[in-house]
Amino acid sequence: MKRNGYLRNIADVCLTTFDGMAVTFSHLLRRPSTIQYPDRIPIRVQDTLPFRYRGILEVDVEICTGCLACERACPIDCIAIDAEKDKQTREMVLRRFDIDMAKCMYCGLCSEPCPTGAIHHTPEFEGADFSLESLVRHFVTAPVSAYKVKKTGETDPALLDLLDRGTRYVDEFASPETKAPAPAEKPALAKAAG
Amino acid sequence: MQEFLDSLITQGYFAGVPRDVVYAAGMAVFAAVVVLGFVLNVSGVTTWLERRVWARMQGRCGPNRVGPQGFLQWLADGVKLFMKEDLIPAEADSRLFRLAPYIVVLGFLTAFVVIPFSSALIIADLNVGIVFVTAVTSLVVVGILMAGWASNNKWSLIGGVRAAAQIVSYEIPAGLSIMPIVLLTGTLSMQGIIAQQGWAPQNWFVFNNPFTFLAFFIFFTSALAEGNRTPFDLPEAESELVAGFVTEYTGVRYLLFFLAEWGNLYIIGAVITTLFLGGWQIPPVTDNAVLRALLEFLTFFIKSYFWVLVAMWVRATLPRVRVDQLMSVCWKYLVPLSFANLLGTAAWVVAWPQGNVVARYAMTLVGVALLYYFFQRVAFHLRRARVRERGELQFSPLS
Repeated sequence: MKRNGYLRNIADVCLTTFDGMAVTFSHLLRRPSTIQYPDRIPIRVQDTLPFRYRGILEVDVEICTGCLACERACPIDCIAIDAEKDKQTREMVLRRFDIDMAKCMYCGLCSEPCPTGAIHHTPEFEGADFSLESLVRHFVTAPVSAYKVKKTGETDPALLDLLDRGTRYVDEFASPETKAPAPAEKPALAKAAG
Repeated sequence: MQEFLDSLITQGYFAGVPRDVVYAAGMAVFAAVVVLGFVLNVSGVTTWLERRVWARMQGRCGPNRVGPQGFLQWLADGVKLFMKEDLIPAEADSRLFRLAPYIVVLGFLTAFVVIPFSSALIIADLNVGIVFVTAVTSLVVVGILMAGWASNNKWSLIGGVRAAAQIVSYEIPAGLSIMPIVLLTGTLSMQGIIAQQGWAPQNWFVFNNPFTFLAFFIFFTSALAEGNRTPFDLPEAESELVAGFVTEYTGVRYLLFFLAEWGNLYIIGAVITTLFLGGWQIPPVTDNAVLRALLEFLTFFIKSYFWVLVAMWVRATLPRVRVDQLMSVCWKYLVPLSFANLLGTAAWVVAWPQGNVVARYAMTLVGVALLYYFFQRVAFHLRRARVRERGELQFSPLS
């Protein structure tokens, strides 16, 4: 009986089908791995998702620098920011920071250039609503002054937590596989820059 | 059926009515009862069961919201399809387009005429019963080809032509696998074939001799192909042809195609049960005619519905074959094998005209051994899965 011969084909079909049927039958006796959607599992599904899961967008206005990088990065212009420099205090003042989640396509391009990680995706995915207007998220209700990076480092403990989280978010995006950039690449980059 | 009407006539129920009219009316009433009370419900429940079984074999839940365990899902789907708009494409041949689903349904409903639900419960025990089934189920292909052509759509046309090629090809091994049974029994009547089998497995024709054992598998494979079921569902291959010949159909017409598809599964099961698995034969447990009829009906139903479940199970297991593979499986493997079977059975009948008891028991033992080994394999896969999944999150199936 030669390989790929006539009888070999018949034998292969019988044996593989036989065992395949056994595999699927054993699956019939197992518990399903999924549950019907509105049902819940013992822990929140959101908590099982990875840190960089691209759910509904959120902005930590406390650490937003008002640089407009996200607004420029957005390919479908769903982010609208009004930020202008106050003449007296020489500070950026945020008057409006709206994200239209109805338009957002969850590409994550806005969170990539953010210097502080203020704009980021949350693991929340249940965004259904009854009207389009309510899908526009307003993060600034009254004008606030934008965050300014301090040369001495941040001291305010409330902001420190947010900044830690933000930098971790941005760093993980830069190198999703390894936590720290590979050491071998650093000299090469410096040479190219110099 | 006829005896029952005769007894009514002799009791003077239909005085003054010609006997033939009574027969015709009785047959029409019985056919309506079979169609409305049995066929529609069976194919409806089959849609729900198929989705459920299929889902569980893939590790999903399946529909479980409408009624207990989603049991009423088929009613919800049916009502939804009835309320859909009935669209006929502007470029379609509208007359043929409208006619096609009825021809498909006609082809599959007519087959129920000769399905022997019990020793008394059969619409008409034709003396060409089994040939009648193969003939009328071939009518389905006319409807499918008509639907494919009339839709005026490339996908539909390719689907229709594929169905025609496939059904015409697989008629041959299916027909050649019926013939060994006809050689053994010397009759084509469904009741006649069942009457020559017994209730015990060693008296079923599947275990009669090695050739019928093989014919059984060949027939099941060809029947799946004729019913356009996975792994031979090329006419409606969704990854290539959207939905094949049903692409342009909506609402009730769409429903009729699927009614025929799932109803056809039951016919496949019923024919297999009749030919190979002893039909409605039950051990002599009772003399009560009504109770006996009920038991026979249940036996036949369970046996034939088991093969509907197997078809679902095959659908969950095997991937779809390519067109060239489909044709080579039929012409290079099934046709020669079934022809060899036919010759082998003929030689067997010549050698042992009264049947060979030793071969019967030996084949029954082979069947039992195969089943035993099968469940061993199932237990092996379950054990292996348990080792692999240990410590992983497990969800309750009913939550």
